[in-house]
Amino acid sequence: MSDDALRVPRIDRIPLALIPAIALLALALIPSLPTWVTLTVAGLAMGMMIFIMASGLTLVFGLMDVMNFAHGAFITIGAFVATSVLIPLAGWTQADSLWMNLAAILPAILAAMAVAGALGLVFERVIIMPVYGQHLKQILITMGGLIVAEQSIHVIWGPDIIPLPKPATLRGSFIFGDIAIEKYRVVAVIVGLAVFAAMFLLLNRTRIGLLIRAGVEDSEMVESLGYRIRRVFVGVFVAGSALAGLGGVMWALYQETVSSAMGMQVMILIFIVIIIGGLGSVGGCFIGALLVGLVANYVGFLAPKIALGSNILLMVLILLWRPQGLYPVAKR
Amino acid sequence: MSNLLALAGVNTHIGHYHILQGVDFVVPRGGLTVLLGRNGAGKTTCLRTIMGLWKASAGRIEFDGSDIARRSTPAVAQLGIGYVPESMGIFAGLAVRENLALAARSGPLDAQRLEWIFGFFPALKKFWNLPAGHLSGGQKQMLAIARAIIEPRKLLLIDEPTKGLAPAIIAHMVEAFRELKRTDTTILLVEQNFNFARALGDTVAVMDSGRVVHTGSMTTLAEDQAEQQKLLGLSLDLHQ
Repeated sequence: MSDDALRVPRIDRIPLALIPAIALLALALIPSLPTWVTLTVAGLAMGMMIFIMASGLTLVFGLMDVMNFAHGAFITIGAFVATSVLIPLAGWTQADSLWMNLAAILPAILAAMAVAGALGLVFERVIIMPVYGQHLKQILITMGGLIVAEQSIHVIWGPDIIPLPKPATLRGSFIFGDIAIEKYRVVAVIVGLAVFAAMFLLLNRTRIGLLIRAGVEDSEMVESLGYRIRRVFVGVFVAGSALAGLGGVMWALYQETVSSAMGMQVMILIFIVIIIGGLGSVGGCFIGALLVGLVANYVGFLAPKIALGSNILLMVLILLWRPQGLYPVAKR
Repeated sequence: MSNLLALAGVNTHIGHYHILQGVDFVVPRGGLTVLLGRNGAGKTTCLRTIMGLWKASAGRIEFDGSDIARRSTPAVAQLGIGYVPESMGIFAGLAVRENLALAARSGPLDAQRLEWIFGFFPALKKFWNLPAGHLSGGQKQMLAIARAIIEPRKLLLIDEPTKGLAPAIIAHMVEAFRELKRTDTTILLVEQNFNFARALGDTVAVMDSGRVVHTGSMTTLAEDQAEQQKLLGLSLDLHQ
């Protein structure tokens, strides 16, 4: 083997370069710098929120080979649970105090993640476990689970769209000369980066992360080494559901409304993201989410008529270039 | 010499196929037993059934005095059984270091044992931080075996370690296995390369059509051309 082989291979930087490349292309096409900055921050914020919602699903798919179409239900449930916590605390969320806003939002987020995680646990034990390894049945039963969850939300919270105003201190924008950047979008970027950093450290610096990465490649061999991989499956499923709950809260506050269909609506973007990223790859999911967010915002501004199809087009182009996604996971 | 592993009347079904049809053989403690047989005889199924990766539909698999036929794969591995599958089962995206660290269930890697392994698999030290997917076929096989012995095991199940390897690497493997035999590890080896098997084997079991049709000492079988012809359909000297 040559000396080149002795070097630790670098991270494939070509997909990473796509993000600045698309941003620079948009800069050339968008005449106004403030508009470009606004769209870029909006795209990054949207991408971060999609990443939070999608990261759990891509790990579940990679590790358990499960196509969970009901992932959207955890997003919706998270948003509704947070709404139930925030509405009685409206006085705190509408106060001009960051601390009072946080005192309302943090319990709402924790409650949303706890309920979505608990629901994920029940879902994995009752619905997913009997259909491991049977993709067609997984699609049918998880779609059924999504419908049941949506109808249950109608029963508990009613069929109407519920308004959910942003906390007072997160409304408005930071102004830099002619450039206005929405505060909430900055928060979304920070939270998304924090989630990505936490997942990166967990996966690359801990033993459980090592186990998850090995399990994504070859779960049978992990079992042959003496690890009960099914326990890891359950843990990842619950964590992924809880993250979906967090993403649901963030998405609901971004849209300032909550509806029983919100999970289903965002699932299309989530599937695009995890396919673009490479099924099972958290890093790929992160890059894919940012690409989707940026493209949706740029195309929405430049060519609104094709905005709806822009992400499908992005997915097609990426799959033509890399059929296994940006960062394919080596599977046995 | 007592037996560490004993299979009695083991049957395995995969879907509608009846693969193992009453397998009986023993693996003496401290020795190296070679499982021989033509392609499709059921050797790999036998190892996978012992590991619990496929469940025996009937029969007993007794390991160190207890029946393990109904135990889960992790429970079987935790008894001290290391497994090297035919596919090697290395984690391509994980570094050599990470592959070994994962196999060391009881805690951090033992530096002394690691040096012992590097003694016969020096390439692993050289490529310590390289993703295992970048190793050559022989190096991957070394890693797969090193992973199985990174902690002391009572029994090693190794499926065709020389498959697709160059003669020079096979000679290196023979030395590595001799070193391994000096420890008290019991080994059950599935092998098609008879020179490799003859150089290392103490006892032999020959499988055909899902059954064990011969057991005995390797020396005896290696010297009996007629028996080789009868059991395997060809002289083992040609079967390498």
